Amino acid sequence: MSQTRETVVKEGIDQATVEMTRELETYKHGFITNIESEKAPKGLTEDTVRYISAKKDEPQWMLDWRLEAFARWKEMDEPTWAHVKYPAINYQDHYYYSAPKSGSKYESIDDVPPEILADFEKLGIPLREAEVLLGVEGAGQTPGEARTDAGVGGEGVARQKVAVDAVFDSVSVATTFKKELEKAGVIFMSISEAIREHPELVKKYIGSVVPTSDNFFATLNTAVFSDGTFVYVPPGVRCPMELSTYFRINEANTGQFERTLIVADKGSYVSYLEGCTAPMRDENQLHAAVVELVALEDAEIKYSTVQNWYPGDKDGKGGIYNFVTKRGDCREARSKISWTQVETGSAVTWKYPSCILRGDNSVGEFYSIAITNNHQQADTGTKMIHLGRNTTSRIISKGIAAGFSDQTYRGLVSVHRKAEGVRNFTQCDSLLIGDQCGAHTVPYIEAKNSSAVLEHEATTSRLSEDQLFYCMQRGLNEEEAVSLLVNGFCKDVLQQLPMEFAVEAQKLLEVSLEGSVG
Amino acid sequence: MLKIDDLHITVQETEILKGLSLEVPAGEVHAIMGPNGSGKSTLSYAITGREDYEVTQGDITLDGDSLLEMDPNERAAKGLFLSFQHPLEIPGVATMSFIRTALNAQRKARGENEVTAADFLRAIREKAKIVGLSDEKLKRPFNVGFSGGEKKRMEMLQMAMLEPRFGILDETDSGLDIDALKMVGEVVNEMRGPDRGFLVITHYQRLLDYVKPDRVHVLADGRIVESGGPEIARELEEHGYDKYIQSAA
Repeated sequence: MSQTRETVVKEGIDQATVEMTRELETYKHGFITNIESEKAPKGLTEDTVRYISAKKDEPQWMLDWRLEAFARWKEMDEPTWAHVKYPAINYQDHYYYSAPKSGSKYESIDDVPPEILADFEKLGIPLREAEVLLGVEGAGQTPGEARTDAGVGGEGVARQKVAVDAVFDSVSVATTFKKELEKAGVIFMSISEAIREHPELVKKYIGSVVPTSDNFFATLNTAVFSDGTFVYVPPGVRCPMELSTYFRINEANTGQFERTLIVADKGSYVSYLEGCTAPMRDENQLHAAVVELVALEDAEIKYSTVQNWYPGDKDGKGGIYNFVTKRGDCREARSKISWTQVETGSAVTWKYPSCILRGDNSVGEFYSIAITNNHQQADTGTKMIHLGRNTTSRIISKGIAAGFSDQTYRGLVSVHRKAEGVRNFTQCDSLLIGDQCGAHTVPYIEAKNSSAVLEHEATTSRLSEDQLFYCMQRGLNEEEAVSLLVNGFCKDVLQQLPMEFAVEAQKLLEVSLEGSVG
Repeated sequence: MLKIDDLHITVQETEILKGLSLEVPAGEVHAIMGPNGSGKSTLSYAITGREDYEVTQGDITLDGDSLLEMDPNERAAKGLFLSFQHPLEIPGVATMSFIRTALNAQRKARGENEVTAADFLRAIREKAKIVGLSDEKLKRPFNVGFSGGEKKRMEMLQMAMLEPRFGILDETDSGLDIDALKMVGEVVNEMRGPDRGFLVITHYQRLLDYVKPDRVHVLADGRIVESGGPEIARELEEHGYDKYIQSAA
């Protein structure tokens, strides 16, 4: 069974124990599950790449693609332009593949080792279809608050089905509702399975949005990616339920390199959610994912992330390095891709979910909340590349910095010479809590067509003592008051999230900012 | 009920209140009048526990319990309400949601059950009518884009909803027209009762036409310099504060 590292505090409690316990309560996903695992030898060589490919039983074309990427990667340098600081990463000191020993993919949920089931259960991720709710402890309280202006009468919102793909370290351990989705023609499976079962689809689209040569971390991912999710929604199909993947890093010194590919064929619609957590460990761990989205004519993809990797302790020790490449391609006319992210975890985040607006009249959206506390660093934003005519994009970014943290919004809006009638609206608001943190806004605009209408608004404010006192005079304690004000600040983004995630996100905001004032 | 005894308050190393004593028994409404800069708002912040208002001497008690060690929210749960001179805006938080959150936070602190959505909705609609705020306003983000008068109405709405044991109105009349003054009178008079007290802080006498005080105190240079019946307010209206400013100086 899984166990927490520091359990019950008994007699002779010293200060360190108390602090440790408090921290555990703060990051409640910090437990480690004891399970025997099978790992690739430490370090990264061509053999590691071959090992991973062989473990996955991959066809030759996939191995060749990986090897080509690995050869490129060896020639590349880690990027340094982001406004983040971290010690040099020794890429030979990581494990690139780790799987529960009893096998990678299970025939039925009953074959999944009980430790892993318990682990996901603890995280509130149901892998048995009977427990369909993406439930969050005590979540049902007032789910309407974040979403409706009235804030009252939000009770009794019907919970909907959510299909889950659960990725534990390097492998997908379970995917729920596959059958029901198959009936609708929707393919929802781990990318490893998809490479074997639907090679034609995977081959056609993988690497078509984020090419092998894209950037240091994406190239690394291409060489060593171990698992992730594949979704294909056929023409004209509205995916009957929310799809989600839950990523969990358990093993020490193990990098997680997931690869997600979502293809929405003509006139289809899919909403996809992604969540992630990791145990609390003193050493830093690497997470370098690549996510590719392809929307064909009239298709729409809504991609939501609640990122809660372990952020490190309050002195900045440990935590995940989250270096992620996410990009969506509105490949054909009138397609739409919408990114929503709530970034509360990780020690260092480097992430720019982007949209290539290739099809005429296509739409790209980016809604982001980034919260940094203690010594966290985040450099995040988006790129909207307008290639097609009458393409529109909308960027709403809310950054909240507390403690000693530092964060940067970095955004690019680019308008191609031939793209007539482009419109963009960008709004970046930063909220500072305390006087030791920093927030920076770095907007890049490249407009090569004079018909473009680009609007940019940015504000930076400090959490006001006046507002705080006002709320407290009305009866809220300090933490409730901060949470209320921060939720209000983030409302434009929170209301973009699917209901289940909105509640989880609100709770996360509270937890992330605990102890940030006073 | 509310008792202030020899209160000294220092703000940023400047002593603002210099030995203020005041007692408002349950069931009474007292008015505090005073010239600008006499310490009226400092008094309201000191009672409600705002940070940086340092009590260097004296005590404030409500129903016999000292408030000095309590956080602002604990004082609120004990029954203190302040109608702010300059109400705040809270972007992104719907008005109804804010008031319900506040009400439930207080009830929870007192060990009472949370109010149900239906009961809350019924009560707030009824009271919003009295203070003259539309349903539509209740759905909007709290005070955002509201006029000065609307914000004061919102203060009265919160007071009516939170039903405090003791209400402090800090220059609630400033910037209000006659109709709004009448509304304030209506809310306070409706709430007046043997278990509840009010402290009405004002510069002018006109609010006191609608909220009849039992006692009027004159605050000048950090102390109460005169106390008496409502006739003091009328006298001030005629002669101004000159004599108090001189006598205090």
